[in-house]
Amino acid sequence: MDERNIAEEIGEKIKEISIAEFFEKNRHLLGYENPTKSLLTVVKEAVDNSIDACLEARILPSIKVTVKEVKDNIFRVRVEDNGSGLPPEKIPIAFGKFLVGSKFYRLRQSAGTQGIGIKGAILYAQLTTGKPAKIITYYKNQKHEFELMIDVLKNEPKVISHKSENLQKNLHGITVELTVEGRYISKGQSIPTYLKYIWIANPYAEIIYDGPQENFKLERVSQELPPSPKEIKPHPYGVELGKFKRMIALTKARTVSSFLSSEFSRVSTQKALEICKLAKVDPNKKINELTEEEIEKLHKAMQSVKLMAPPTDCLSPLKEEFIVNALKKEFEPEFIAAVIRKPTVYRGYPFQVQVALAYGGKLAENQQNSILLRFANHTPLLYNQPDCAITRVVEEIDWRNYGLSQPSGSLPQAPLIIFVDLISVWIPYKSEGKQAIAEYPEIMKEIKLALQEAGRKLSLYLHKKWKREQLATRANIFESYSHVFSEFIAELTEKNVEYIKNKLLELIKKGVYKEGEEKKLKEEVIEVK
Amino acid sequence: MQLYLKPKKKEEILSTLKELGENILKNIENGENPSVEVPVRTLRNIKFDSKSRKIYLGGYVSKRYFLHLGEIRKFTQLTGVAALAKNLIKENKHVSLREAFYILKRNIPGLKKNIVDEQEESNRAIEDLELVINALREQLHFNANKLGAVAGNVVIRDRGDLIDWSKLGSGGWSVPSNVEDIEFVKVDANFVIYVEKSAVWERLHEDKVWKKLNCIIVASQGQATRGIRRLLQRLNYEFNLPIYVLTDFDPWGIYIYSVLKFGSIALAHISDRLAVPNAKFLGLTGDDIKNYGLEKHLIKFKDIDEKRLKQIREYEWFKNNKQWQRQFDIMEKMKAKAELEALAARGITFISEKYLPEKIKNEEFLD
Repeated sequence: MDERNIAEEIGEKIKEISIAEFFEKNRHLLGYENPTKSLLTVVKEAVDNSIDACLEARILPSIKVTVKEVKDNIFRVRVEDNGSGLPPEKIPIAFGKFLVGSKFYRLRQSAGTQGIGIKGAILYAQLTTGKPAKIITYYKNQKHEFELMIDVLKNEPKVISHKSENLQKNLHGITVELTVEGRYISKGQSIPTYLKYIWIANPYAEIIYDGPQENFKLERVSQELPPSPKEIKPHPYGVELGKFKRMIALTKARTVSSFLSSEFSRVSTQKALEICKLAKVDPNKKINELTEEEIEKLHKAMQSVKLMAPPTDCLSPLKEEFIVNALKKEFEPEFIAAVIRKPTVYRGYPFQVQVALAYGGKLAENQQNSILLRFANHTPLLYNQPDCAITRVVEEIDWRNYGLSQPSGSLPQAPLIIFVDLISVWIPYKSEGKQAIAEYPEIMKEIKLALQEAGRKLSLYLHKKWKREQLATRANIFESYSHVFSEFIAELTEKNVEYIKNKLLELIKKGVYKEGEEKKLKEEVIEVK
Repeated sequence: MQLYLKPKKKEEILSTLKELGENILKNIENGENPSVEVPVRTLRNIKFDSKSRKIYLGGYVSKRYFLHLGEIRKFTQLTGVAALAKNLIKENKHVSLREAFYILKRNIPGLKKNIVDEQEESNRAIEDLELVINALREQLHFNANKLGAVAGNVVIRDRGDLIDWSKLGSGGWSVPSNVEDIEFVKVDANFVIYVEKSAVWERLHEDKVWKKLNCIIVASQGQATRGIRRLLQRLNYEFNLPIYVLTDFDPWGIYIYSVLKFGSIALAHISDRLAVPNAKFLGLTGDDIKNYGLEKHLIKFKDIDEKRLKQIREYEWFKNNKQWQRQFDIMEKMKAKAELEALAARGITFISEKYLPEKIKNEEFLD
């Protein structure tokens, strides 16, 4: 289940059960199944939010994350950003009410989630420690500090306190502080790892971390923001029946044809009429008078009409040099190949793949196995690696073709970082959590092509390196082999080993091998009649 | 030129080995880069004789140099196995391919490498040597592992022991690498079923298929070994027993059949001694999937399966065969494979009691 669907579901279920109950029942879907992962999810939701906020306001992000253990297994998490901040009157709704509505049908590439995200974290804090969330907004020379909770029965924000003061300087941004139950780890699927990875895919951000066991600063390697992703309307090919029905319930359009041409991408008035004709539905029929059967027919017709693919300029990939610089700084490899594919489409959703391979250098000191970094819309995926389409593709590729060793069906064995970022207005997550990407053939194909292209670049590099090393030590290699070779020839001919060896070494000294190599260049294959 | 290996006498082999060493030594003494000619064993040098319906090796030969970075390793390995073969023949000892690998696996002074680091390397060197000196692996005293299983109403004599293939319990008789000296004492069977999977063989054996259908059942795991292939050939040539092949319906299964029938690309030089040109394909076929309702038990193709399918349907011996192209079309359309074990979905003994008797009775074979 996708988080946007979860948000919709929450909206529907609120009427029947409380949010608290829903959260309890579905916390595994939201990333709160155990204390370690929960603490990470809280940080992740806040940081994702901050990055989105800065990008939207076109501000180079500076984000400070503080995590402190205040009591046994109780942590205070504080995330400060320098985005545009929010007007104080919007804070309670933005942080204290689960939203439901048409906004879920707008499609836009973003790190965070549009429905639950930070509110889930606030609810988690409230349920585990009973502490309200502290939200500070710096907005138009004012600082407003709220303490708020979510009224889980009414789905309403409950403001506990609100203080404000005037500022001398023009500060902007939002700070979120939550007190939550959790368990802290510093390696593997941890907060430090998450912060480093999200920085790699967003290297125009500066991230400062002050954790319970370590602190570090990740400085930005680019002063340039990627272009703003654009919002697009859904394309008919990617709309499922349930979603179609909800869109009908929420639309402001009055007739069937105006609904189709105004709510969907690539549906002109003419195409709308074509769809109606195919479905045998009167295009001027009022939208709220459609029968169940007609809705289904329309939905079916919509899938079979020929339409242009959705626009793909709504995506915002990173510049190649940004990824290269970030990987260089974090891992200090000897070689990096980055590939950005052209945007394309699966099921009516535009998507794009960018990958990078970082090889050797400092990596060779610390690791023998490759590390796969998976990203969706520039946010790292740390869990469920084996179930992910990205992993499937990496394992399916025969890395031996690119000069690396690989136990069959697993990641290559090399000092290698494999970076894969899938960008889309709609990331198709597998059910349960949003940590594994579903295996759509179109997506897998693009990832494969990108990795293969990067692999070819790497293999070219490796080959050149190997050749350089070989040529430098050519005479040594010949000599080494000559020792055992002479023994074999001596056994076959029953002649003296030393005699043969000395003769051979003489040949090597004279450089006889050059001749052989030149001959070989002409590819000497002769046909014997 | 057609290159086929013929059995040779011991002395003849020894003198060929010595000659190989002497030619190389002559190069060295003349101040030349030592070289040896090795027949090319890639697809470009594979020919198909449509009359005898066998794959054979063409006359392309490539010259390998010792003082050459890309070739020195293989060249050394080749002389290494040649020297080893000479010692083995002289001392009249046989070694397995695995043992040969360990004997050769020695450090090369000054390098972080061994003469061979993987068994694949020594195996390949042995195959090259077969071609260079024109003698069979077994005659050079290298034996492959015993593999596979056989059962049926047959009695053989092997190194003086009488072995009854109908009285070997659940495991059957496993086939040695060299079956040249096996003597058939009694063969009471109408045909031979070769199956690519030992698990399916066990099914057939448990259901006593060889008794009920009066046949011989043979299995190996995946590609048939040389020993098994030669055994099948002998049963076919010496006793006129038809050979029926049972594999999964996928490119790999069909290639197993292809190797049994026409010979393999890697061992094209000994097709004459291994191939059984009148072997028939019994199943699974694309039609079986429909006829026996296996549509729900298919396994989706991976990229590598599709690639392999494209390759094998282009092989000369399949290219102009309409029957087979039709099967490949079905496979390509399904983009999926069917395993023999899928027949178990219709009942545990379905394969033994219904599928095989029916197909053999109706002579539903592919050729």
